[in-house]
Order: sequence, then C-alpha cells, then structure tokens
Amino acid sequence: MENADDNVAWVLGGHLAALSVMAFGGGAIILAPDIQRFVVDVNHWLSNEAFLAAYTIAQAAPGPNMLFVTLVGWYAAGLLGAVTATAAIVVPPAILTLAVLRASPARVSPTRGSMIKAAVLPLSVGLMLATGYSLARAADHSWGSAALTAVTVGVFLYRKLNPLWLIAAGAVAGMLGWV
Amino acid sequence: MSEDVVAAVTGERLGPLQLFLLFTQLSLMGFGGVLPMAYRFLVERRKMFTIREFGDLLGFAQLLPGATICNLSVIVGYRNAGFAGGAAAVAGMVGAPMVIVIMLGIAYQRSQELVLVHQALAGMSSVAAGLIIAIPLKLIGELRKNWIDLLFAGLAFIAVGLLRLPLLLVLVTLLPLLILVHARIVNGKR
Repeated sequence: MENADDNVAWVLGGHLAALSVMAFGGGAIILAPDIQRFVVDVNHWLSNEAFLAAYTIAQAAPGPNMLFVTLVGWYAAGLLGAVTATAAIVVPPAILTLAVLRASPARVSPTRGSMIKAAVLPLSVGLMLATGYSLARAADHSWGSAALTAVTVGVFLYRKLNPLWLIAAGAVAGMLGWV
Repeated sequence: MSEDVVAAVTGERLGPLQLFLLFTQLSLMGFGGVLPMAYRFLVERRKMFTIREFGDLLGFAQLLPGATICNLSVIVGYRNAGFAGGAAAVAGMVGAPMVIVIMLGIAYQRSQELVLVHQALAGMSSVAAGLIIAIPLKLIGELRKNWIDLLFAGLAFIAVGLLRLPLLLVLVTLLPLLILVHARIVNGKR
C-alpha cells in the first residue's frame, strides 16, 4: 500500500511538473481539465467528486488557488503526494522565472515578449473557458446547480462583488438543498 | 520591459527572512485570490513599487508560465535579495496555505457523513465553476475586434473542453501557429 502510494506520488509529480511550464496566461487554472483527465479519467486515483472538492476547498481557502493540486496529491497519495504535487507545480516555473531574470535583458527583447503575449491571451481565454466548462459539467447535476452556476456568471459579469460572498451564497444554497 | 523588471528596487531592501514573512502574511490574507492583497501591501502600504512598476511586474509575471502570483513573488524576492530572496518569497507564498489546505481537506474527508457539509460543498462547486466561466467572458471583449484571436480562443476551448485533448498537445500546436499568423499579419501591413 505504502509503495503503491509512493509510486502514484512520483507519477503525479512528473505529470504536474511537465504541465507546470505549460500554464501560460494566468496560472494553474487552465491546467485543471488536464489534471482532471489525468487523475480521474485515466488513472482513477480520485473520484470526480474528490477532484471537485479539492478545487473548491482551495478556492475558498487563503493562498494561491492553484494549491488545489496539493489536495489532489493528498487524496491521491497522502502526504508525499501533497508535497510532491505542490513542488512539481511551483518549482519549475519559479526556476524558469529566475533564469529569465538572470539572463541579460537584451535576450528577452520587448517585441518578442509582446508577440508571445499577444498570442497567449486568446489561448488562455479559450482554455479558461474550457476549465469552467469542465468544472460545471462535473459539478452541475441538476437544474438547481446549473442555475446557480449561471447566476454566478451573471452576477460576476455585471456586479463588482467579492467572489467570497458568492461562494458563501453557494454554500447556503447547497445547505438549503437547492442544488 | 525586462530592463525595468531587473532594475534596482526603489524603496527599502528586504532580506530573505523578511521576504518569507511578508509573503506568508500576504498569502494568508488572500482569500479567493492573492493578487489584490499583493497590490494593497506592496504598493499601497509598503510603497515598495509605484502602480506603474507593479503593472510592469505583473505583465512580466503573466508572460511566464506558472501561477502569476508565484512568479510575482519570485520577481519581487529576486529584486530584493537575489536567488535566496526569490526562493524565500515563493516559499512564503505557498508554505502556510499548503498546510491550511491539507487541514481543510482532512476536515472534509472526516465530515463526509455529514450531509450538510456535503451539500454546502456542492453549492460552492457550482459557484466556483461559474466564477471561472465569467473571467474569460470578461476578457472576450478584448478579443472582439480580432476574429483570428476569437477563432483561436474557440479552437483552444473545443480542443481541451469538448474533445478533452491533452493540454500539452493543444498548446504546442496552437501557440506557435498563432504567433506565426500574428507575424504574417504584421508583415502584411508593412
């Protein structure tokens, strides 16, 4: 059992490390569908429900939202899984950032930088939408829950409101049995 | 841009330990997103950066892969105390929240028989999904003038969201292609 868990931790860590340097345009949120595919659909380390719980808990907790991978690691392979998963998602981009800072500024020309930026934005918009869609498909099993997602989109688009209030409202709606 | 980013720090210089503590504090106060808190602390309270400088740092952090807030931590840390500073800042950003997230995860596992906890989390999950859908919908306004960008956004969504293709494959295909198309357009206009 211990060994099987350890093995899962390393395989998960390797996958996340490779993904981490692909998280262009804002972070690990765009990685969520791929991580879901890998840990739920392909390897069956987590149930869909546990994945969603990990994601939601990390959103509600203080700190970077991408720490949902910590919980994915925890549910998949215990403490080693949690530590490996977190390190895998944090360390490679951090090293890359340091390397770029260290490189002579001339090598990162502003024009090349802005060209990449211009191409990253449309893709990250599409990928974030894919994340939202995957999460909604996993979370919404009833008209009530689908409506809750739709209302959230509307409120967030047209009102300036701290997202925490919306999440709190979701918790209340859930406890009242509306979803 | 990079010239500004690596330039000397304007205000006080912090050591690795101070950076670790500062970013731990930031991360723990950042419920539902740390970036607004980072702005409040680094610009408004500590006055380590001007708004303009912060914007430049943020743009640089977003350009690099990885969580923007972690990249920002590395950059600010590096500017203050070199490699050790960068490492200390990012460690502060993820260390304490990681412990909290695990404790919440355990609490959730333990309370799974409690129907109420279960229902609350289901409601929160539906809201979380809505929040993520809303962000790109806000950004789509920026792309509206350019149908090629819209097309590529659509392709990325279909490939990953509907077809569930591996992200790596999709990015390796679409990103160079879009850069190429953009370059063509710029050249064509000349």
